[in-house]
Amino acid sequence: MKTYERTLLELALADERIVVLTAENRAAIRNRPGELGARFIDVGIAEQTMVGAAAGLALAGRIPICHSLATFLTLRAFEFVRTDVGIGRLPVKLVGGVAGFLSDGNGPTHQAIEDIALMRGIPNMQVFCPADQAELVAMLPAVVASPEPAYVRYNASQPAVEHATAFEIGRAEVFGDGTDVALLTFGFLLEHVSRAAELLRARGVGVRVVNLRSLKPIDERVVLDAAREARLVVTVEDHFKTGGLYSILAEILLRERTTARTLPIALEERWFKPATLARVLEHAGFTGEKLAARVFSALEELSRP
Amino acid sequence: MTDHSELEALALRVREHVIRLSTGGGCFIGASLSCTDLIVHLYSRVLRITPATVRDPERDYLLLSKGHDVPALYGTLVELGFMARERLSRHLTTEDSIYWHPNRSVAGIEFHSGSLGHLLSVGIGLALDAKLRKAKNRVFVLLGDGELDEGTIWEGLLVASAKQLDNLVCIVDRNEFQANIRTEELIPLEPLLPKFEAFGAKALRVDGHSFSALDAALATLPLAPGRPTVVVADTVRGRGLPSIEQRADRWFANFTADEVTALLAELHGQARANLHSETLVVR
Repeated sequence: MKTYERTLLELALADERIVVLTAENRAAIRNRPGELGARFIDVGIAEQTMVGAAAGLALAGRIPICHSLATFLTLRAFEFVRTDVGIGRLPVKLVGGVAGFLSDGNGPTHQAIEDIALMRGIPNMQVFCPADQAELVAMLPAVVASPEPAYVRYNASQPAVEHATAFEIGRAEVFGDGTDVALLTFGFLLEHVSRAAELLRARGVGVRVVNLRSLKPIDERVVLDAAREARLVVTVEDHFKTGGLYSILAEILLRERTTARTLPIALEERWFKPATLARVLEHAGFTGEKLAARVFSALEELSRP
Repeated sequence: MTDHSELEALALRVREHVIRLSTGGGCFIGASLSCTDLIVHLYSRVLRITPATVRDPERDYLLLSKGHDVPALYGTLVELGFMARERLSRHLTTEDSIYWHPNRSVAGIEFHSGSLGHLLSVGIGLALDAKLRKAKNRVFVLLGDGELDEGTIWEGLLVASAKQLDNLVCIVDRNEFQANIRTEELIPLEPLLPKFEAFGAKALRVDGHSFSALDAALATLPLAPGRPTVVVADTVRGRGLPSIEQRADRWFANFTADEVTALLAELHGQARANLHSETLVVR
């Protein structure tokens, strides 16, 4: 399977404007320095300078692609993202590593679980959350070609599902057309949500799964269809409940003067317990089994007279 | 000895603009007057840019990192034909975009600023791009001395030195004031040159109001091959108006029309203006 790194290199070799930056985090770009020559720039552990320099490069006509851990990229450098990239409306691409639960054993300093709220709050900033490496690779050409600034929750995990819908900015991927419950999610959680969907279907529940890989712009039609057609809309996200997918859903529904039964599965007012990823998911209740159980009891709740 | 009467006359006209902008909402007059001579000198003697080449890929860049000094830049851009004079009459109106900090709606203004400690990093990006293109652009970043409190200045210097950005020139408007307090009384900055040198730059100090000293300092850039240049320009806040020079409470001012008239007279050598407007604004 094609990797992020290989795809990035091919894009960069085909387009002189692309400059790859990192704040001394080479996890996603281990082998690139030599091949990109001077268009690979490691500024050291200086996220703010990286983002400011990316703005300067973009001002000069470049397409800078910045790499760092999501939490430092979106928090430490936030004002540079908002003030230099955002106000400048420059096509800087921010690729944040180990966002959400993917920070596994790092602890709360590394838990980017407000990154989506922050990034989508910046005018014209696009936000993408690929479900796996295949989707990351599939979206990269469109993300790079977009004239807008963008934030990507880097995710190079194994295939979450067999993807059925070609990537387009602003287009969701939908699996199934069940009307009992719609499971809305993004990122690597798609794998676990898909597992939950299997378990629910086995219990006779009509399920649809919506992969919101493009969170901003979002596929409003698919979200509204889910809200109008399903008895229950569940949002599953490794993000604070404030400002993430559940908030996006609420904003869309309110604007359309429609409503839905909802079940937000997100991180409430707390950081999550650090551990290996599997243990994090178990403890936080995000495994397929635990998600299915929560959804099933919420549906039972709805069915009570 | 080069004749600087033309620059002196230009600087005087720019100061008039700054003074005129200090009413009807006001402006950061003290901070603008300290670097007026620096900006006038850069545009007259150093920067390879004209109104015809504001989008030329080979031009030199000037970035105002201490963005609140933009009145001095507006005045210079108007006098040199980059910017329409009538735009200044729309200062602080919603009919135009002429306000307390720079923005790119003005030809000749390369980037917006206002939040301190940002444009060194943006300048690093421009300098990196010029290096990638093997182009001759030079990037000048005007820093405030109070702004040197920001960690991103020092972070940026480390990066600029590591990347050997000798096409990058920082000019520090060393007027010895933070917003409302003397730098050395709050967060002492001296000795500055050894600090900049320790961070990898080649640094020198110059009288920021002497055009001949600035000629000499900026005649041959970079000061050292492979290293960013830092020029610490000693200046006087409020320079040109004895009634507000060196005053902690004359950083930002919103004067009455009569006070502006009196200040213009003072600029031309007449008696000190009698100022009553309350001007100590902590922003």
